[in-house]
Amino acid sequence: MSFVALVRRDLRLALRQGTDAFVSLLFFVLVLVLVPLAIGPEPQLLARVAPGLIWIAALLSVLLSLERMFQSEYEDGSLDQLALSGIPFALIVAAKVAAQWLTTGLPLLLAGPVLAAMLALPSHAQGVLLASLALGTPTLSLVGAIGAALVVGARRGGVLLALLVLPLYVPVLIFAAGAIDAAAAGLPARPHLLLLGGCLALSLPLAPLAAAAALKDALR
Amino acid sequence: MNLHRFANPARFLRIARVVAPVAGWIAFAALLAGAAFGLVLSPPDYQQSETVRIMYVHVPSAWLALQTYVAMAIAAAVALVWKHPLADLFVKAAAPVGAGFTLLCLVSGSFWGRPTWGAWWVWDARLTSMLVLFFLYVGYIALSGAFDDEERGRRAGTVLVLTGIVDVPIVKFSVEWWNTLHQPASVFRLGGPTIAAEMLWPLGLMVVGFTAFFVWIVCVRLETELLTRKLRARLENSPG
Repeated sequence: MSFVALVRRDLRLALRQGTDAFVSLLFFVLVLVLVPLAIGPEPQLLARVAPGLIWIAALLSVLLSLERMFQSEYEDGSLDQLALSGIPFALIVAAKVAAQWLTTGLPLLLAGPVLAAMLALPSHAQGVLLASLALGTPTLSLVGAIGAALVVGARRGGVLLALLVLPLYVPVLIFAAGAIDAAAAGLPARPHLLLLGGCLALSLPLAPLAAAAALKDALR
Repeated sequence: MNLHRFANPARFLRIARVVAPVAGWIAFAALLAGAAFGLVLSPPDYQQSETVRIMYVHVPSAWLALQTYVAMAIAAAVALVWKHPLADLFVKAAAPVGAGFTLLCLVSGSFWGRPTWGAWWVWDARLTSMLVLFFLYVGYIALSGAFDDEERGRRAGTVLVLTGIVDVPIVKFSVEWWNTLHQPASVFRLGGPTIAAEMLWPLGLMVVGFTAFFVWIVCVRLETELLTRKLRARLENSPG
């Protein structure tokens, strides 16, 4: 109950503030639009690099939104109020992760296939691209929450966040881009997607606990 | 065993003052002997000829890079669960040493890769996961220094170290899970080592030397940290 209320509160905040939610999506689109301008518009070349580039752009756009995840609420004190509310702290973190994913991960799911088509990704790989985004982006939000919780109150938190989180994103990047690559080459993508699902299954219960432990330290 | 027996900084200092010099001299002797055996007395490899001698630096630094991280993760868990006062200090003292071992492993591996594989760097699973390990060390060092409150930095670091532990099995088993250019384990494996005895001896000496060096430098770093704290506390409490 409180979980749903927290998610709705965060979503409402994101929608009222408007621009915040769309900045990550816009960033994702812009990075991918720059690619053909930088490496040339040949369809074969673009199709070859599209899986990796889409995922790098997704990684960076999620990273962009992480810094706001706890920092502003830490500064205005509402995080202290939430900590005193008696709701388990890991549940609060999970609600914030869910809201963060709905505002940054889900839009990528909608924009991904369009940009993939613009980058000449073969149409038979589109389904796997969607599956990889659906399985991978929640993991990015979950693992990112740990990083975001750790840098709350730090000097130069934003730069630090990239240094902490990007190495932890490596498995997701490898399996997700590997799945789309395999599908584009006509090979089975299932093993990659299963590993990606494994990453999600591991981080779903553990990441909120770790992020909650880190946040409690910040509030002490 | 009661962990809190070693939680008293004064008792730790007494022990460290005995252990540190002993470890330091063992490191000096073992590294000297290992280098002499490895660089001069051991035979060249039948395929790689003299370049195989890079192994005597590369393999011990790789092992220590991983073991330091595992030790840091265990200490981080102890610090988080039991609030052991020395555990998070250990993590902070060991991190730069581990980062150094990882860098040494990557650089020596690169020098070894050039003559044997024909490339300074390949995007192989083991090399990449080792590089990620290096970034984890650097991330910890950056995070633990990023707060005005030092203790908060160390506590945040423990959570990061525990999260990063997922990379260790990936490094260890990367040569078995994926087809890589890097050779599989040849010392600790089922059915005994596949490495010649004349090469195993100097390698063992180097490992002993590296480990003793690690113990020595971590003891010295911890001692320095504790004494700095004591000094600071005395300055804050002194009148005027």
